[in-house]
Amino acid sequence: MKGWNDFEIGAILFPFANNGEEALESHNNERDYTPESSFKASVAHWRVEKPVHNSEICINCFNCWVYCPDAAILARDEKLRGVDYVHCKGCGICVDVCPTNPKSLLMFSDHEDNQNALKNWPQKEEKKKN
Amino acid sequence: MASAVELQEIEVWDGNMAASHALRQAQIDVVAAYPITPSTPIVQNYGSFVSNGYVDGEFVMVESEHAAMSACVGAAAAGGRVATATSSQGFALMVEVLYQASGMRLPIVLNLVNRALASPLNIHGDHSDMYLGRDAGWINLCTCNPQEAYDFNLMAFRIAEDMEVRIPTIVNQDGFLSSHTAQNVRPLSDEVAYKFIGDYQSKNSLLDFNKPATYGAQAEEDWHFEHKAQLHSALMHSSRVIEKVFGEFAKLTGRKYNLIETYDIEDAEVAVFALGTTVESARVAAKNARKRGIKAGVATIRSFRPFPYAELGNALKNLKAIAIMDKSLPAGAMGALFNEVGTSLYQVKDSKHPILSNYIYGLGERDLTQVDLENIFKELQENAQAGKLTHPTQQFIGLRGPKLSFC
Repeated sequence: MKGWNDFEIGAILFPFANNGEEALESHNNERDYTPESSFKASVAHWRVEKPVHNSEICINCFNCWVYCPDAAILARDEKLRGVDYVHCKGCGICVDVCPTNPKSLLMFSDHEDNQNALKNWPQKEEKKKN
Repeated sequence: MASAVELQEIEVWDGNMAASHALRQAQIDVVAAYPITPSTPIVQNYGSFVSNGYVDGEFVMVESEHAAMSACVGAAAAGGRVATATSSQGFALMVEVLYQASGMRLPIVLNLVNRALASPLNIHGDHSDMYLGRDAGWINLCTCNPQEAYDFNLMAFRIAEDMEVRIPTIVNQDGFLSSHTAQNVRPLSDEVAYKFIGDYQSKNSLLDFNKPATYGAQAEEDWHFEHKAQLHSALMHSSRVIEKVFGEFAKLTGRKYNLIETYDIEDAEVAVFALGTTVESARVAAKNARKRGIKAGVATIRSFRPFPYAELGNALKNLKAIAIMDKSLPAGAMGALFNEVGTSLYQVKDSKHPILSNYIYGLGERDLTQVDLENIFKELQENAQAGKLTHPTQQFIGLRGPKLSFC
């Protein structure tokens, strides 16, 4: 653990361990991030509830990916691959904008196991008749 | 390449013009400005220097002082030499961003032409705005006249940009009394002034794409304390660099400044401690008091932040009585300077514990006359002879109505 006199002045973080221009050319999974970067360090301390992604219902519309204020929705090979819990603050916006029925993203307690959550997924809701 | 200005050996400048020329000679990359009385002419003159080709850098016009300081923070983080000027309400609006600048350790230079704070609205000088910014983590330098406004602006860049310091710096001068009073100023030539300040050395510039940096990231209870402690430590140690720069400036110009400036204090029994233009008035009053047999002296400081506790305590510890002059509303306490000076004297070794009194004066530029100062020296003399306070600790000078005093 560093002391107050050990770190760079000005509350500055350096995201890349090596040459930054080279790092930008590679996919963010392969970049050499520093441990202090906000990519590696968890910035999700205050999350109380977490969104769980159900890939069986998901239609890959990317609404959640677009609306997530923290870029915490993982998209790979044109498919949604779940949630990046190192960065997700648990705001619930992804769940709100999800258009499927039942929703393919739902909020569960942060302590809930994801497998359990998927088992307890709600059924399709009938549209209310006027 | 900007054109040089041919300067006379002695120029007749007011404090604002002196500051403008110092900023021009520093060849600043970005000045973002929103004018406000009485600092307006600083950026106004500077703007004309830019449009007439005497400056290469950018002059950014913004929609408020908050935006001005924000633009300065951005430009400084990007890796440029940056400065601006403001006063009073404008400074108050800037305060939120001052903390960003010091926390990010950006060596911005700010000319603060001291003026009263509303309400009631008042465009004239007192030190309320200086005290408003005192905890913002900036170095605060104090000047008494146009010559010093010029000299301290040159030195401010050296101090702020020193690699051991990297802390934004405010140069204070008194609204109107210094900013609008034309006096003889001995400037340096453009070449010599720039050589003294030197080329800007950037540190962790945002525009260095090879080493990208995140500025002002979030740090909650896990790291915030450490960052603030680091800033405080750098501030407390910056007086070493301030003195070094004072020394180099003296070699160049023959004008020697010190952290503590004293006048006739060596054999004095009583002294007035003040900031800004009041110091010059107090020196005249002290000289006259000596003619009446009062062993009078005057003391002031050049850096209000970092506050030179040990040096000041040592300079004042043998006095019998000291009047501490606060040109701002004490707002439910003893004056701000009174508290600082009291702490200095209480902490220094073998202090004789002089009797301290606090005079509140000059709010909204109410005159402080020689008669007022004469009375203060008289009261100090009475305190010294009695060995105790013979009047309330805090008194208001020149206030209409029944006498106002406390404690």
